[in-house]
Amino acid sequence: MTDDSDHDGRVWLGTPAFPEAARSALADTRLRHNLRHATTTIRAKRLDATGEVPHWEELREAGAAIKRRTTRHLAHYLEQLEANVTAAGGTVHWATDAAEANRIVERLVRAGGGGEAERHEVVKVKSMATQEIGLNEALAAAGITAYETDLAELIVQLGQDRPSHILVPAIHRNRAEIREIFAERMGERGRAAPADLTDDPKALAEAARLHLREKFLTARVAISGANFAAADTGTIAVVESEGNGRMCLTLPETLITVMGIEKVVPSFADLELFLQLLPRSSTGERMNPYTSLWTGVTPGDGPQDFHLILLDNGRTDVLKDTVGRQALACIRCSACLNVCPVYERTGGHAYGSVYPGPIGAVLTPQLAGVRRAASLPFASTLCGACYDACPVKIDIPEILVHLRAKVVEAKRDDRALPTPEALAMKAASTVLDSPGLLGVAQRAAAAGGRLTSGRGGRIRRLPGPLGGWSATRDTPPPPRESFRAWWRENREER
Amino acid sequence: MKSGSKENSPAADRSEADCPAGDRAAGGATADSRAVVLARIRAALRDVPADESPEDVSVPRTYRRTVLPGDTVALFAARVADYRATVVRTSPEDVARTVAVLLERRGVRRVVVPDGFPPEFLTRTDADLVGDSPPLSVRQLDSLDCTLTTAAVAIAETGTIVLDTGPGQGRRALSLIPDHHLCVVRAEQIAPDVPGALAGLDPHRPLTFVSGPSATSDIELQRVEGVHGPRTLDVVLVVTAPSGAHP
Repeated sequence: MTDDSDHDGRVWLGTPAFPEAARSALADTRLRHNLRHATTTIRAKRLDATGEVPHWEELREAGAAIKRRTTRHLAHYLEQLEANVTAAGGTVHWATDAAEANRIVERLVRAGGGGEAERHEVVKVKSMATQEIGLNEALAAAGITAYETDLAELIVQLGQDRPSHILVPAIHRNRAEIREIFAERMGERGRAAPADLTDDPKALAEAARLHLREKFLTARVAISGANFAAADTGTIAVVESEGNGRMCLTLPETLITVMGIEKVVPSFADLELFLQLLPRSSTGERMNPYTSLWTGVTPGDGPQDFHLILLDNGRTDVLKDTVGRQALACIRCSACLNVCPVYERTGGHAYGSVYPGPIGAVLTPQLAGVRRAASLPFASTLCGACYDACPVKIDIPEILVHLRAKVVEAKRDDRALPTPEALAMKAASTVLDSPGLLGVAQRAAAAGGRLTSGRGGRIRRLPGPLGGWSATRDTPPPPRESFRAWWRENREER
Repeated sequence: MKSGSKENSPAADRSEADCPAGDRAAGGATADSRAVVLARIRAALRDVPADESPEDVSVPRTYRRTVLPGDTVALFAARVADYRATVVRTSPEDVARTVAVLLERRGVRRVVVPDGFPPEFLTRTDADLVGDSPPLSVRQLDSLDCTLTTAAVAIAETGTIVLDTGPGQGRRALSLIPDHHLCVVRAEQIAPDVPGALAGLDPHRPLTFVSGPSATSDIELQRVEGVHGPRTLDVVLVVTAPSGAHP
């Protein structure tokens, strides 16, 4: 395997590198307006919801500790989870990568009950893992239609669009656009939107309710992700707001849950912590409207055929990295997106990944390989707001810096000749090792700096290969006199 | 940072010798994927000492201290109401009348009553009462106006009711498909916080945590009550103390 081994998934969507994608996003004023509104609103709600809990910091501390314990003993907990799900009547599958997970789902859907038509349709609960593996596309290629049932996911799916936020995937769309998408597209996939549909969010939600009702009541197979899975009991948790999750988890005969291996937590009792951390950090609510917990199969209630797919797809690569592995603690709350000054301005699409924002900038390069997402670790100001907001205390800035180093090393390894950056660093180390050379260099820099700096006293464009640096930054000119020269003249004699 | 990144450089951790044997079978449906994934995990965690047990990674549980104000009943009522659900406090003697008033107010004509729902709560209502044994079809459920349930436990801090499909609650579909859910909660069922509630629940029953009516904020972050779950949630709070107000 090489670093760029194809995990076959959709983590990395192959869009332009971040700086390029960000440039077009920044030029879209409506997008920026929507994003600013969204991020400021959710930020304020989150601060209210976390601020009213007096022991919030203790919750975060414990959340981080439980995730650390789980990560360090992951195999143990996964085996325990598997045994308990199986004992409760479920079936556990393991998938090394996206292609394998998709194949398992496809096989299970075909084996699911119902007539010919039902074997070609599934309803879906919003799930990051299934987005990551490109499940809908894989099913479509196999002739199976997957209906997204979360309102925002429905908007994205009908609009043939991509999600731009983990929590509110259609945040880049306003109500007029959504009305248009519903009016035009709903009829193609089922019950059409009412002819007099307005752009009132209440009317739009009602249209979605009616459109999906028929799907829920007839679906034979549902696919979900998992927010948490308790190893000691085999209990799976799905956290949601609209009730589409409950519909999918309750009504069909077959339920297939695709879960990243890092979602396991040691015990059912640990949910007491995460069911506080997640809603308050995510939507800024004390509790989300609906949380469903189930353990295997319950006779007479809900799906009688339950499958849990444990997905690796690059996670064990992340696990190898002692610094980077803490990103596996992520509970997908999206608080880091809402506090990030870069995300607020560029939106999610610029990250070219199903995982946008700060957590995406550390997860995507690790899951897909640093060469593919080389610009992402640099898509940050390292201000640290994401670390402060993270309910499980992932030190995102630390991982970003760590990944930046890996990107540089990967570039160096790829080239027959050293990069200008590497040459400059090598030259710098030679110069810094020799006081004589340093003095010469400082005098040369002072002279050169005066020549290149503009009227504002800033250097806007550096000459030659240094132009790459100055394309996105102004550089202050070097001082006329170095500190060493000043010291020699003013202090050394006394 | 520099030395750390060197240890983890792609060249180092991708060397052939480094990979567990199974790794090269990646993606092959024929390989034992379970063994492959577990081997990858163990290989990736070689820095964890072999004699470290999960419990050696300590988890500080100081957050479990309950620091809530005393009156959990009032707190629960206030927090349920925050979700734009209706909360009506009543005395044990008055539950039947309260249920009847609420059903009447919502124009409910046909209501699902799960097995085990206290019959004494139903003596005053005129609505048609529909049982669930034998189980109703989803179509039948979809044609009904309301579901009555009790609850397993409630949570004051978050204004949550928890259903565990026990007597009086019915299977999960009952409280999901009809558009109106009326839940009777006894004051002594209210736990102060999430840890308190979870400790009293049986993980082997399907559990549904309900905090207000179905809602979405997916369109311009404007909250809309009601998408797929019940759009109306009424909570009848049965308080033995004489301070209970009447609807």
